[in-house]
Amino acid sequence: MRTLEQTTQEVLDLAATHFQLPAGSLAPGDDFFKKLGIDSLQTLEMLSRLENHFGIELPDYEVQGVSDFQTLAERIQSRL
Amino acid sequence: MKSFTGKTLRWEWRAGVIELTLDHEPANEIGTAMLAELEKFVAAFAALTPETSVCIISSARKSVFSAGGDLRELYSTAASVAAKDRPAGVRAFLERIHAVMNAIDEVPFVTIAAVHGACFGGGLELALACDMIIADKMARFAFPELRLGFIPGFGGIPRLKRDLGNAFVRDLLFTGRTVNATRSQALGLVAQLAGEGEALRIARSTAAQISKYDAVTRSAAKKFIKPIPREELRREIDLFCELFTRPAVMAALKKFVEDSGPMPYLP
Repeated sequence: MRTLEQTTQEVLDLAATHFQLPAGSLAPGDDFFKKLGIDSLQTLEMLSRLENHFGIELPDYEVQGVSDFQTLAERIQSRL
Repeated sequence: MKSFTGKTLRWEWRAGVIELTLDHEPANEIGTAMLAELEKFVAAFAALTPETSVCIISSARKSVFSAGGDLRELYSTAASVAAKDRPAGVRAFLERIHAVMNAIDEVPFVTIAAVHGACFGGGLELALACDMIIADKMARFAFPELRLGFIPGFGGIPRLKRDLGNAFVRDLLFTGRTVNATRSQALGLVAQLAGEGEALRIARSTAAQISKYDAVTRSAAKKFIKPIPREELRREIDLFCELFTRPAVMAALKKFVEDSGPMPYLP
């Protein structure tokens, strides 16, 4: 079972890899919409990547209004 | 007509396989322009059927198969006419799109939707009219219509009910959430799962295999296992038109077309 810290780090690594950002350039408290500049289709892509990576289902309504990596990781953690 | 290039889509027949490619900016919305070209497409079926084994429907747009009905057009068209005249216009559109979907649903050759990215609302209804969905692992499916105060109107619920269990149908419909390809395969919506960017290649390989079998047997098998739920489809049009008359629908459509948030498909 992953710890929340591990989950958060994996979320950050996944986002950095997908958006080709330097490792360590993203922080848990970052607003990912602002930091990554993603639109609605890219948001869906990110959701798919997270679900595929963690092997979970993360209904959109559970992450609606979430904009930082830390809270996103918490929502993922509750589904692991 | 063995090939066609329109403003919203194109198709090409080659060695027994038709490839229909949706290519309408920004997200393959199905409005009057795409509908007119889909009508051209199904009108070509009679001539193409004797020498066609499979049709593959895919999208040329990045990250999306189809976002569904063209809600911006629906809103602007509805807003430009008196409230009492709206249902007639909507019904006329629905009758036309239902005729297209039914033609795709019952055509004697096999139809495959090769799906990547977002496949929402009317886009999912188009995929559901096909015999098989082959989905990229990044594909996502949704029926977000309830957020607007109406139901899917292009035959989605009757076709989903025909193919899948009520638990998934109700979950999709009542939550409006998006469901990933892996889950959709487990529930029986997706026939085959493809790696990222591989759905069309796998659909072509599947089409080559399907093409080996006798056309008469294939067609008879399809007719036997995939009856069109005509009565429910008629009721769907009536219910959609009834719901569409409510003022809340225009308010929800206005909110949607003005929403630039990251999840505009959720209320």
